Amino acid sequence: MAKRIDVSGLTAYYGSHKAIEDISMTVEPRSVTAFIGPSGCGKSTFLRTLNRMHEVTPGGRVEGKVLLDDEDLYGTHVDPVAVRRTVGMVFQRPNPFPTMSIFDNVAAGLRLNGSYKKSELGDVVEKSLKGANLWNEVKDRLNKPGSGLSGGQQQRLCIARAIAVEPQVLLMDEPCSALDPISTLAIEDLIGELKERFTIVIVTHNMQQAARVSDRTAFFNLSAVGQPGKLVEIDETERIFSNPSVQATEDYISGRFG
Amino acid sequence: MSNATITPPAPGTNSLSAARLPRWSPYAIAVGAVAIGCAIGLGAGLGSQIQWGLIAAVLFVLGTYGIAAAVEGKRQAKDRVATSVVWVAFILAVIPLVSLIWETVSRGVKVLDVFFLTHSMGVVTDYEPGGGIYHAIIGTLEQVGLATLISVPIGLLTAIYLVEYGRGKLAKAVTFFVDVMTGIPSIVAGLFILSFWILILGFSYSGFAGSMALSILMIPVVVRSTEEMLKLVPNELREASLALGVPKWRTILKVVLPTSIGGITTGVMLAIARIAGETAPVLLLVWGNPLINTDPFQGPQSSLPLYIYQQYQNSGGSPAAYDRAWAAALVLIAFIMILNLVARGIARWKAPKTGR
Ligand SMILES: Nc1ncnc2c1ncn2[C@@H]1O[C@H](COP(=O)(O)OP(=O)(O)O)[C@@H](O)[C@H]1O
Ligand SMILES: [Mg+2]
Repeated sequence: MAKRIDVSGLTAYYGSHKAIEDISMTVEPRSVTAFIGPSGCGKSTFLRTLNRMHEVTPGGRVEGKVLLDDEDLYGTHVDPVAVRRTVGMVFQRPNPFPTMSIFDNVAAGLRLNGSYKKSELGDVVEKSLKGANLWNEVKDRLNKPGSGLSGGQQQRLCIARAIAVEPQVLLMDEPCSALDPISTLAIEDLIGELKERFTIVIVTHNMQQAARVSDRTAFFNLSAVGQPGKLVEIDETERIFSNPSVQATEDYISGRFG
Repeated sequence: MSNATITPPAPGTNSLSAARLPRWSPYAIAVGAVAIGCAIGLGAGLGSQIQWGLIAAVLFVLGTYGIAAAVEGKRQAKDRVATSVVWVAFILAVIPLVSLIWETVSRGVKVLDVFFLTHSMGVVTDYEPGGGIYHAIIGTLEQVGLATLISVPIGLLTAIYLVEYGRGKLAKAVTFFVDVMTGIPSIVAGLFILSFWILILGFSYSGFAGSMALSILMIPVVVRSTEEMLKLVPNELREASLALGVPKWRTILKVVLPTSIGGITTGVMLAIARIAGETAPVLLLVWGNPLINTDPFQGPQSSLPLYIYQQYQNSGGSPAAYDRAWAAALVLIAFIMILNLVARGIARWKAPKTGR
């Protein structure tokens, strides 16, 4: 299921503004890779280039290569819609569809893509909600609106919605930053379970979270405001937090800036 | 130890509570102001009750300030004055509305009955009593219905284009033309269709010609209100759907439109209400017809606003015709009110659910 991501020489623009420059890295399958770095250094932008969501923003433009196993996501004949089915995404703020029930939210990906068997839908929803550790909390009210859940439950609902379409990779952009500590813990546990099945990339502002959940950590930085963000280094999480090879990483992690 | 001890404040001097006017005082002041206003009006022999009312309104605001300032202090007095000004403004705004409805209802019910609703003016002249508005109701429903059928798809698609796809010069041009269309007077829309459809292309007067002119008035309203509703849909929902691998057109159809359908429906209903009362283009293009003509594509029809106008205009002051005009006005108001209620119902029914 899970696939490896190979990025080389990736640069992304918003109109004429270069947001990130020349990023190359490898993301291992069945592992959690964390992105850390100061605000505005392009973590979200980079994450969104990995499932071609960047070009949804007006003026969004990408140069470089992103290989998913051996296929270039930015190849000429690649359909961005197909890419997004393979590489799912969870956003910073929980965003369940307000017109849909809990069940319909989880089923949305399959239904809207039109690729499902009616008889299987119930099983997929149950499996996805179980996969997101939400089943026990909502199994009695699947027909209630998703917006009636707490923030943490909504975020797990969004994760269930994302994994229901069986992606290979799951991108998460600060999935816990709008949540309380207990909901955060629930999601961190969930990430630990999901990495058995998916390749996971998570952006986080919380250094402890990166240390707790990730196998590898990438540190991004920018030389000055308005300059493009760059990848400083990527390594085993333990090494990044104990003995990074670049001074800036150590300064950032020990709280000397950022 | 110094002898500067702290003494607790005497009750009522420096505590958090202060003298308050009783809750019924605004009503008492209002009653007093109206009484004095009437007294002054009668005493000075002012003929118009509007003058009495204005005097009472001014007295109410001044009296509120004076009494509150004396009892409660300046700050509370200003607060009360602001409240009373809002009330006075509200009542001033409501009076014309209420009196209009009162006038229409009291004059309209005289001839309004089942016979009136189910008969045309086919066998009576405009001078005689009798007859009805069946033909005008048919005309209004068909013309407004056709105009809606033309305007809603065009308006919806235009708004979707502008919000979801439109970038650059074409979108700017479309926005500009919609703005221009919003400002077109209804008589101009009527004249345009008259010269184009009837004088140049040679078609006859018909309900459909009127519908086209009404569409010109309706489309920009639909575009504008739909645009605003689509912009209210959070971008996060679009991105959530796109990130699931849903194509953009399906995202719009299945996520964006359902989220905003309540507001869009309300906008469409208000647009219908706006064109249902149009007279000028109907006068030019539908022409008017005392007989029942159920075919909107062939020959003159009537419509409620046109009927009202013609009963007033062509009857030489016959009281029977005036009664019919008021009754038709009442039916038109009721029709638009029902549309508004339906719109509200749909908006509430379709609104995104937030209940726990
Ligand atoms: N929608 C956008 N339009 C234009 N510039 C943007 C947009 N989103 C982000 N940027 C710019 O791109 C840079 C990187 O932003 P972002 O990826 O959000 O950083 P991070 O997630 O690390 O805080 C910033 O300079 C930001 O101003
Ligand atoms: Mg970000």
